[in-house]
Amino acid sequence: MRVSTILGLATVAAAAALLELLVASGVLPAYIFVRPSAMLFSIVGLFREEALLERLLVTLGATLLSAAMAVVSGVSLGWALYRCRLLDEVFGTWIAALAAAPLILLYPLFLVVFGRGEPTIIAMAYVASLVAMTLKTRDGLAGVRSVLRAVGASFRVTPAQLFWRIELPAAAPAIFTGIRLALIFALINVIGIEFMINDGGIGGLIADLADRYEVPSMYAAILFVVLASVAFFWATERAERWFNPA
Amino acid sequence: MVQPRIGSRLRSRARRQWIAAAAFVGYWVLWELIARAGIFYEGVIPSSIAILRALYEIAFDRALYLNTAVTAFEVAVAILIGCGCGLAFGLLGGAVRTIGAAYEPYVHYLAPTPKIVFLPVLLLCFGVGFGTKIALGALSAFFPMAIATLAGVRGVDPVLLRVGQSFNLSRLQLAVKIYLPALRAPVLTGLKLGFGFALIGVLLAEIKLSNAGLGFMAIQYYNHFEMAELYALMMIIFLLAGGVNALVDRLTPRRWGR
Repeated sequence: MRVSTILGLATVAAAAALLELLVASGVLPAYIFVRPSAMLFSIVGLFREEALLERLLVTLGATLLSAAMAVVSGVSLGWALYRCRLLDEVFGTWIAALAAAPLILLYPLFLVVFGRGEPTIIAMAYVASLVAMTLKTRDGLAGVRSVLRAVGASFRVTPAQLFWRIELPAAAPAIFTGIRLALIFALINVIGIEFMINDGGIGGLIADLADRYEVPSMYAAILFVVLASVAFFWATERAERWFNPA
Repeated sequence: MVQPRIGSRLRSRARRQWIAAAAFVGYWVLWELIARAGIFYEGVIPSSIAILRALYEIAFDRALYLNTAVTAFEVAVAILIGCGCGLAFGLLGGAVRTIGAAYEPYVHYLAPTPKIVFLPVLLLCFGVGFGTKIALGALSAFFPMAIATLAGVRGVDPVLLRVGQSFNLSRLQLAVKIYLPALRAPVLTGLKLGFGFALIGVLLAEIKLSNAGLGFMAIQYYNHFEMAELYALMMIIFLLAGGVNALVDRLTPRRWGR
């Protein structure tokens, strides 16, 4: 194991031990801070009493659904923007502006349109993911080397063959990056909106536990969300590298 | 050769402007059609005239400026703390390789986690008030600045460093003459991203639990079902955010290859 890895792990362990000591000795108030050991113990309780696994599945389901919708429509929209210059000139600037806009703040408007529940969560995550997917697809297709198209033309491929056999495989790295971003944005938005509207999966659970003032369980749920998010990002990164080793 | 090229560029710009104007009119007509078609419940999609009227009324309402001042103060302090810590981490991690390698994976994987879930903990620590909102904003702003600075320090051209060393520059001179100019672009990028994340963090905290700020104002309109006012306020927030982004963009020199 490398020195840097040991240093990183040792810092996390030392911080956890210090927190444990300070809370156990009463230096830090127990009604605000929770011992890390109690946090880990509470995670087990969350599985039993708060249906944590089911809540996680609800969050993951909403994430995958919104990301899948964003991938399908984002790839189509990105392709359309790439193919039709006029369309790109009309919508491209707006879509690029949306990429930098704090879209999650629109959730009160989505609440009014879709109501308080899963449709709002999924719609919000979909919109946030769609922008990244569209731009990555358009940029990926626009970046295909002209020599590849020339080779296709010399073989007299049809436009459909050109897209499926040359353009799409050549743009795949950018599209995979878009899919990874769509998944990440979807998860962030799903958990964020669940928390804000106190509904749905693990984000809603944290808000619920905070309202009930169950401090150890709330800390445990936050820790679980952080660990689950980190695992999710790690998995998407690995998957992207696996699909796109270059 | 030059004149025709300039002419064609102007024609192309004029064409783009016409298309943008036509697109804007198209969006507006589409919006009006949806607003008047009765697809949604009454008032959910208000007409553009109602939104413009609300925009006019809000613009002359003292509450907008008071709440904007509250949010601006919170975002500014959040950026100062969050981006300041991120800058320090990035500089330290970039300068001391072991520290960078030890903590970078944690920063890298924690950066995309939804920070809003920390709100209950921050509420317990700081109570309902400025502290919680600033803390959430600072937490959100830390990560982009830390990542951008770390990448910036590592990306400094080694040739420049070798040239500096061959001139026997001191550490301070290396920092001022080589690192500082090279870090301008990544730090400004970190600042831009940090601003966006701090703004989201502060506004979400205001929406969830607060009694002042633009987020609070928005959720009040939502609670009273004042939809035209809510749309108008969202337009103001997006314009403010876009304006600050454009300002930071202007500060970033073009030759750094934004």
